[in-house]
Amino acid sequence: MTLDFPRIAAIRLGYGLSPLAPPAENAAALLAGIRASGPDANAVTTARAQEQTRRHIELRKAMADDTEAARKKFQAYNRENSRLQVRDLQRRLARAVDDPTGFGERLVQFWADHFTVRATDGTHNALAMAYVDEAIRPHIGGRFEDMFFAADTHPMMLVYLNQNTSRGPNSAAAKRQKGKALGLNENLAREAMELHSLGVGAPYTQKDVRQLAELLTGLFYSYSDGFAYRPQFAEPGAETVLGRSYGGPGEGHLRDIRAAFRDIARRPETAQFVSRKLAVHFISDSPSPELVDVMAATWRDTGGDLPQVYRVMIDHPEMTAGLRQKVRQPFDLMVAGMRALGVTGQQIRDLDFPQLPALTANHLMMMGQPWGRPVGPDGWPEGPDAWIEPQLLAARITWAMKTPRAMLGKLPDPRELIETALGGTQSEQLAWAVPKAESQAEGVALILASNDFNRR
Amino acid sequence: MIELDRRLFLKSAALIGCSAAAHPLMTSMTFASLPSDNRLVVIILRGAMDGLDAIQPYGDPMLAKLRRNISVGPEDGALDLDGFHALHPRLAPLMPLWKKGELAFAHAVSTPYRDKRSHFDGQDLLEAGTGNDLPVDWRVGGWLNRLLQAMPGTTAETAYAVGLEQMKILSGTAAHLGWAPRSSVTLSSQGQMLLDHVYHDDPMFRDAARDAFRIAAETETPERGKGPTADEAALGAFAASRLNGASRIAAFSIGGWDTHANQGPVIGRALDKLSAAILALRDGLGANWGSTTVLAMTEFGRTVRENGSNGTDHGTGGALLMAGGAIRGGRAFGDWPGLGEGDLYAGRDLMPTRDIRAYAAWAMHGLFGTKREMLERSIFPGLDLGADPRMLA
Repeated sequence: MTLDFPRIAAIRLGYGLSPLAPPAENAAALLAGIRASGPDANAVTTARAQEQTRRHIELRKAMADDTEAARKKFQAYNRENSRLQVRDLQRRLARAVDDPTGFGERLVQFWADHFTVRATDGTHNALAMAYVDEAIRPHIGGRFEDMFFAADTHPMMLVYLNQNTSRGPNSAAAKRQKGKALGLNENLAREAMELHSLGVGAPYTQKDVRQLAELLTGLFYSYSDGFAYRPQFAEPGAETVLGRSYGGPGEGHLRDIRAAFRDIARRPETAQFVSRKLAVHFISDSPSPELVDVMAATWRDTGGDLPQVYRVMIDHPEMTAGLRQKVRQPFDLMVAGMRALGVTGQQIRDLDFPQLPALTANHLMMMGQPWGRPVGPDGWPEGPDAWIEPQLLAARITWAMKTPRAMLGKLPDPRELIETALGGTQSEQLAWAVPKAESQAEGVALILASNDFNRR
Repeated sequence: MIELDRRLFLKSAALIGCSAAAHPLMTSMTFASLPSDNRLVVIILRGAMDGLDAIQPYGDPMLAKLRRNISVGPEDGALDLDGFHALHPRLAPLMPLWKKGELAFAHAVSTPYRDKRSHFDGQDLLEAGTGNDLPVDWRVGGWLNRLLQAMPGTTAETAYAVGLEQMKILSGTAAHLGWAPRSSVTLSSQGQMLLDHVYHDDPMFRDAARDAFRIAAETETPERGKGPTADEAALGAFAASRLNGASRIAAFSIGGWDTHANQGPVIGRALDKLSAAILALRDGLGANWGSTTVLAMTEFGRTVRENGSNGTDHGTGGALLMAGGAIRGGRAFGDWPGLGEGDLYAGRDLMPTRDIRAYAAWAMHGLFGTKREMLERSIFPGLDLGADPRMLA
């Protein structure tokens, strides 16, 4: 079977085929489609997240009066707040299902995972939403260095990787509060190099980590004042990271941090590490060194201009040569399923509690990808063995049984769905099995649970 | 010599995928009976447990000097164990085990991982069970998987990865199973048969589905527990149910140990989970608890000094917790390196005095009769087992 570029690209680089939207014709259309994945009218801002926390504290304080009314108000507020993660999933699902090419929303997913954050307590749920809208979406079609800086200095990242509590050991703040002073915390500095840019194999040392940690002191977020660079928290003097000196005598500046991020972003190790990560995510778990090398070369030549790097990947023969080398991660599968069934973003936006989590978040959790709760800052695993284990596959099968009826009311004809969902790429085994299912529901489930559909 | 061994190891690890019969480890296999009556449970504590807080060596006067807010010993409610160590108050539910000789620990243990202090590399190395000279990749797999390869009479049912977390420690060519306590399959038997046909040429899907259908048929879905430790209790209970049957090895994870800030309540919650899992294992195993060894291992320890946020940062030497009726518990194992200025690793971390793999190796030796040479060359390639700590009863 020979497949045309549009269908291959829709399956491998997008969220699969849809009866409602034709796949992108060529690389230019895919790249142009990225623009649709910027922040939209419902974007959450850090300011709104601050308001959320402020309100939380206000209502908690009000409970000091010990009135039933105050308690009820606080509980109601907390319930809404705890539901934000599912609301966030709802937004992301709706946008992904509606994205005409799917590539832009796949990139949002990829980069938000590359720069993983996690709302470590409920008061940060809104901040985690703002993070994607403010630090990721605006930069997926721009330069890596801008996303790198935006992500690693965003309040959510500062909170997640403990930068918020890091102080220069010789900073004015540390000197003023001897005894109970906060000290240096290396967490963000380490992950910025190990996970976000250079990769753990790169030739950096503990000293570079420590120097970058000292350079990053001063980055600070508070719910009362938002993000601010606070020179009084910063370690005085210059820091040397990977052989380059940043800052000078006197007060620290945010611009020195930006300069360091730019330099790290442009290093060849970063070009290689992040290019490979892109190829592993979109093409295959073991992409050829040649593919990675040409992507990294373009990265170096263009100063990390992402669309040009994507273009190399899209145009490479390895993209069109093979299908189904990757297993769809649960979120990816859920979006692809909704698209194939012809579900619209509006239908997803219309869902409310308790159906909303029952149809979305709960399934993702059972499939091994609880929304907004990656285990660590290295994000979700890429390899298929992390996802296709007995219990996780059982959850995929359960999802395939339950979703179509719940979303559509009326089930599609499995003989038609197999064509819309797989566009002629279905295996003989699947084509043989689907008409033999004992019910329409199981026929549909066989398609959505098939290895054909669970791979891309 | 060691170099040669390791190359041989890599080569044979790659070979096993091609031809089981050709693998030198498998020549003496018999597939008849259960490999042993003994049981091994490995709990991976993800995020780097602060061993100095879980089991507080308050008898070392330096501890109070380096930590003002955490690990403050019996004065702050920790339970004295032996006049030198005290159990964190949130591990109090395990105190009866200590008194019965079913709980023990070793401080100052580590993998060979040093200096970069990354959770992910640290966990990868802990689960791979290799040294720094081997790349951690698919060929190496996890050390529990290599144990399976070396054990006669194993089937996939012999070992379980329990829960939704990926367990690299069991990854590799030897068949094993994974299941989460709350999983189920909602497909008719005709549907299951058709899906088996659909998956036929895709071994990863086919094998996972076959196991899922079978385990679901055998398992009663437990009532969904409530409370912050319900999930961990369910992991322990499910593991126990399989270990009461044909399984002999189980592994699962407990997260929440990365206490960079505000350590008190954060480690408290994690210790509650660990206690709940161990007690669920004991309760579920019943009489079989007597032949069970539980090892709770973490990727590395944490800085000896508190940091500026009432927490601790990534360190080196950590603690190993052991439990089970098969152990010689109620005692501390290993050598205490001290906390003085010159005693610390890199001036900041607890100095490792023993490779954590040596304890795991001696446990496997005692439980399954795994030969020393096998342990040092194949399961933990390059490890020097050293003297037997005699941790099993």
